[in-house]
This record gives sequence, C-alpha cells and structure tokens, in this order.
Amino acid sequence: MDAIILQILNGLDKGSAYALIALGLTLIFGTLGVVNFAHGALFMIGAFCAVTFSKFLTLSHTVIDENKTDFLGNPAKIEVPYIYDLFGQATGDAIIDWAVPLSLIVSIPVMVGIGFIMERGLIKHFYKRPHADQILVTFGLAIVLQEVIKYYYGANPIPTPAPDAFRGSFDFGAMMGFDPNTIIYPYWRLVYFAFAAVIIGAVFAFLQFTTFGMVVRAGMADRETVGLLGINIDKRFTIMFGIAAAVAGLAGVMYAPINSPNYHMGMDFLVLSFVVVVVGGMGSLPGAVLAGFLLGILESFASMAVVLELIPGINQVIIYLVAIIILLTRPRGLMGRKGVMEE
Amino acid sequence: MLGLNKKDFGLLIIVAILTMAAPFILNPFPEGSAMAQFNAGYPDLMQRLVIFGIFAIGFNILFGLTGYLSFGHAAFLGVGSYAAIWMMKLLTMNVIPAIVVSIVIAGLFALLVGWISLRRSGIYFSILTLAFAQMSYALAYSVLTPITGGETGLQPKYTDPRILDGALEAGQSPRANLFGLDMRASSELVMGNWVFTFNAGYYIAAIVMLIAFYMSIRIFRSPFGMMLRAVKSNQQRMNYTGLNSKPYTLAAFVISGMYAGLAGGLLVAMDTQVGAERMFWTASGEVVLMTILGGAGTLIGPVLGAGLIKYMENIVSKINKGVLEQWFAFMPDGIEDLLVTMIYPFVGKGWHLTLGIIFMLVVIFLPGGLVEGGQRIGRLFGRKKPSDSSPDGSKTPAE
Repeated sequence: MDAIILQILNGLDKGSAYALIALGLTLIFGTLGVVNFAHGALFMIGAFCAVTFSKFLTLSHTVIDENKTDFLGNPAKIEVPYIYDLFGQATGDAIIDWAVPLSLIVSIPVMVGIGFIMERGLIKHFYKRPHADQILVTFGLAIVLQEVIKYYYGANPIPTPAPDAFRGSFDFGAMMGFDPNTIIYPYWRLVYFAFAAVIIGAVFAFLQFTTFGMVVRAGMADRETVGLLGINIDKRFTIMFGIAAAVAGLAGVMYAPINSPNYHMGMDFLVLSFVVVVVGGMGSLPGAVLAGFLLGILESFASMAVVLELIPGINQVIIYLVAIIILLTRPRGLMGRKGVMEE
Repeated sequence: MLGLNKKDFGLLIIVAILTMAAPFILNPFPEGSAMAQFNAGYPDLMQRLVIFGIFAIGFNILFGLTGYLSFGHAAFLGVGSYAAIWMMKLLTMNVIPAIVVSIVIAGLFALLVGWISLRRSGIYFSILTLAFAQMSYALAYSVLTPITGGETGLQPKYTDPRILDGALEAGQSPRANLFGLDMRASSELVMGNWVFTFNAGYYIAAIVMLIAFYMSIRIFRSPFGMMLRAVKSNQQRMNYTGLNSKPYTLAAFVISGMYAGLAGGLLVAMDTQVGAERMFWTASGEVVLMTILGGAGTLIGPVLGAGLIKYMENIVSKINKGVLEQWFAFMPDGIEDLLVTMIYPFVGKGWHLTLGIIFMLVVIFLPGGLVEGGQRIGRLFGRKKPSDSSPDGSKTPAE
C-alpha cells in the first residue's frame, strides 16, 4: 500500500510537467490549428529564465575586507552582491534564496513576449500551409532556440536550487499512519504539483468564466462564424499563444530545481508531451491534462521493482506502448473532439 | 536506356560521374593550404555522404511520394546495423551476407511497424512511428543488451565463431572485406600539393548508392509511384474510387525501411561497430531534415540534402576560433575581432545553429528545398535571355 502511494506521488511531479506542456500545446493547436514543435524549447527557455534571474541577483562587486586576510596576508577581497547594498544582507540573502519562485514574476512577461514574437513573426505565416510544414518550421525554430541557449549558457546542466525552506523531504508515512520513513517525498515536488494544479485551474477558469475565454472557446469551435460576428479573433488567438507560451515557461521555471536546466531538456520533454497530447486527444484540454497525469503515474508504476521483475524494461517503453494501444483502439485519443485532425 | 527516359538517364549519369570522381571533386584545395579545412575527400566522410544519401533516398520514397511523415526511420537503420554486425560475428566478415541480411531484417521490421502505424495518417502516423522508434531505442539500451550490447554497443571480436571464415592468426583483427578486399584498403594519388585518396569501401558504397538511386528513379516513374503520388494528393478520393491504398503505402513503407536497413548495413560494413544511439529520435529527425533541405519528392534532392548536412557536420564543426583568426588575419585587428566574434557562434560547436537557420529559411521560403532553389535560379536566367535578345530591350505592351 505504501509503495503504491509512493509511486503515485512520484508520478505526480513528472505528470504535472507533462500536463502543463501538453496543455500549452493543446491551447495552441485548438486555437490556431498549429502543431508547435518549439513548445519544448519554450519550456526550456522558462527554466533558463530562472537561471538568468538567479545569476542576475547574485551579480556582485568586490569589496576589500580589512578585518580578514587571505593566505598571502593581504586584505581579503570578498564578493558582495549588489542586492546587499540595496536591501541589506539579511533581506538580500532571503531574496537570493527565493530566486526561483521570484523569477516566476519576471518570466511571465518574458514568455508572453516571446510567444507574441513567435506568433506574429513566424507562425502567422504558416496557418495556410500544411501541418507537415508547421511541424518542420517549428522543429527548425526549436533547434535554433536550443543552440542559442547552448551558446550563452554552455552545454552543462546548471544547478538551480529551490529555496531552503523547501529543500527537505516530507514524511507522508508518519502523517498517514504508516511506518515513518517509508513514504518520503521532497517538498519541492509537492510544491510543483500544487503549482501545476493552480496553473491548470487558472487556465480552465479563465476560459470558462471570462468573456474573453468564452470568445476564445467560441473561436475554437467555429472560427469563421466568430469572425463574421465582428470579433477580432486573430488578436485573441495571439494572446492565447502568449498564454500558452507563459504556461510552458512557468512549468520550466518551477522545474529548474527538480532537474538542473540544460539546453536539450525541452526536446526531451517535447517528444513525450506530443505522445501525451495525442493520447489525450488532439484539441481536448481536459484530455491533455488527464493524459499527462495518467502517463506520468503509469511511468512511475512501471519502474517499481516488482513490475520490472515481471516484465523487464517496461519502464522505458510503457508510455509509447500505451500510446500505440490507445491510438489504435480509440482513434481520437481519450477525450478527443470529433472532427479535429481526422484525415 | 536502362528503361529510363533521356532526362532521367542523364541525371543518373551525372550522379554516377560525381560519385565516381568524388575523391577529386571533394578535394579541391591543396594540402596544407588555409582552405584545406574544406576538403571533404577523406574516406570516412565520403562513405558517410553516400550512405546517408541512400538513407535519405529511401525516406523520400515514403515521405516524398506518399506524404506520410515518419519520425522513426532511424529504427530501421539501427535494426539493419545490428543484423549486419551479427552476420559478421556469426558467419563471415564478408560484407555481402551482412548487407543482404540487414536489408531483409529491416524490411521485416518495417512490415510490422508499417502494418500497425499505417492504420492512421497525419500526425498520428508520425507519433506512432516515433513511438516505435523510441521503444526500439529504449529496449536496445536496456533489456535487449544481450543482443545489442547496450551502452557499449557491438564490435566483431577475435573470439567470435565466424563459421565461414577460417580461424584468424594470432594478432590479426577481424576486418570487413569483400571476398578478401579490405574495406579500409585505399590507394593515394599524389599530384603536386594535392593528395587524393581512393578507398575500396567508398567505391563499394558508391556503387550500391547508384543502384539504390537507379531503383528509386524506376519507382518514381512506375505506375506504382504514380499510385503513391495519388495517395499524397488525395487518399480519400482514391479510396472512393474503390482502390485500397493500404497495400501501396505499406509497400512504400517497407521499401523505404529496406533502404534504411541497407544504409545501416553499409555503415557497419565501413566501420564495424554499432551503438543504440543511432536509433535515437534525433537521428530520425536528421533524415527528415536531409530530405526537406534537399527537396522532398524530387529525385536528386535527398542526396543533396544528405550531402550538405553530413558535410556541415564534419567540416563546419571543425572550424574553431583559431582557424577563424587565421582567415581574417590580413584585416585590421578591430575588424578581425569583430568578424571572428560575429561568425564564431555559427561554426564549430554551433554548427547546429547554422543548420537550424538554413532549415528554417528553406521551409519558409523554399518549400521545395534546394532543388526548387536551383530551378528558380535556372528559370531566372532562362527568362532573362529572351528579354535580352529583344532588339531595343523594350517590351511589347500588353493588349
């Protein structure tokens, strides 16, 4: 029993990342009808927003400390972050410690901006082209973005720690009446799951309960009619692209402490996210979220020792296997809408 | 000739001449000069150029003709490679059985994958093929280690049974050969400052590539190829006229899988080792890039694209800061530094960036790839001529 709970928990954080990326992909696909292969790159850029922000916070100048001496006997030089000068040492330390959550604030405008530029600058010209062309051009864009990041940040993963307060692990076992230390779960992953739930909830609430969201949903159902009613649907869809980019970016920011960001993390997630989208059903937002969590949890169950003994290697292939089975038995995916992407 | 019309035969002859003369053409710069960087006439790279040409030609038969975008073709290349290396380990170091078996095994695997994947089309087909390829990759890395060698991969060893070959003498290492002709045997021709290398392995691969190219021309011009184009333009209409398109697409899938297996087998014949990384999805992505870059659906495009990408991978990636500084050394220091800083991100380790940019530009502006670019330039000159020949250059006004 405790093993099962542990695996479900393990699946949740990866599932959250899949669900967030798949949600963004589906938003773009549902509104603009574009298959965006650069979405993983947006996730990666989000993670690098966190890296850049924490680097920016620790920008420092050297100060000569008269009280200390270095090993040669000269007065020691110490690096003092500029932020100390602004806020004092205690507050400055706290801000540096909370760099990752704080970078969320910075990353939203950055990601929305990148999304706007991408949509207006490139993807706009590809609405009328076939899906294969869209896939290819965004694939090229993903390579370019990835290489630009690699050029500036290098090829090695950059550790970006979570705030001190979340660095420990949470003992679920003790709380739920099992033996202590059987179900241990890092706090940050819990935070990630909660964060993902909030973001997903916010996106759904935005689409469901605001006028803007209503128009967007109407546009998803029948773009032409909404346009004929005198609504500038293109502008709204561009904004949705920005939001989708921001969702991917935020997912990336919060993922930075779980997995040190490197330039190809986006591609690694993208392939799986596409599988997730297809399993959930192209164009279905709840389907994308459901499939994301489902596949995340399935993956962690498949890596249990008992299962691996039974079917060796299943943890490596379970997602793809499930995808193949679902695609062949339920042609529209789990919750796919009728008439979307059916040739 | 050979069942081809004049134009196609001309194309085949041009390709044949180019591949046969490749050691000269790819080595235009004298040894030791600053431009020797750009020489691609060494056996290893030339072999790769033609082998990936075969891979791309095969991919083009599927994608170019039927429009089905497979994102998992590297799996067939990998399966072919594993089949070939096992033939070398068990049977003989002669490359013929290795290549034949790699084609057959890759074809069978393609039959299985294609039979399942072709139930769907569009992006679903892409995802299904991707899923199969990723599964093969993951399995080759983990569970199938006894067959695939896992992370270390496979090489022929001194201790392998090799039923047909006699026992090796002590100290002799197993070498791939064609009835005794070592694949690595090469002769060098020195002409002044130029050194041209003629490699046995390259010429065998090139001849195989020519045969593969000839077959692809025949497929393109056959009624079968016409049927595949019909699938691309409107499959639904084809089905409504009472034709079952599945056997045709499946045949195209298997043929292109066999081409991939052939490429895999040749890779092993040239360099006797296999690792699972050649089945990773980026390898599948690369063949897509090659085909699109050259021009999908054209005969020569995939070969050009494969050549360009492999050339860039090997040559552009070798240019480092020192080389750049050497090139621009004749300029004033400030300009030299500026140029070096500007160009540096695009060469050396950053060659993927150049590739990505070129690829995006091609997809945006030249959906037909390099071949379309060539045609446009050709048309540009073709159109200019008549206007130049008119006596006073004035155009006759339209009605």
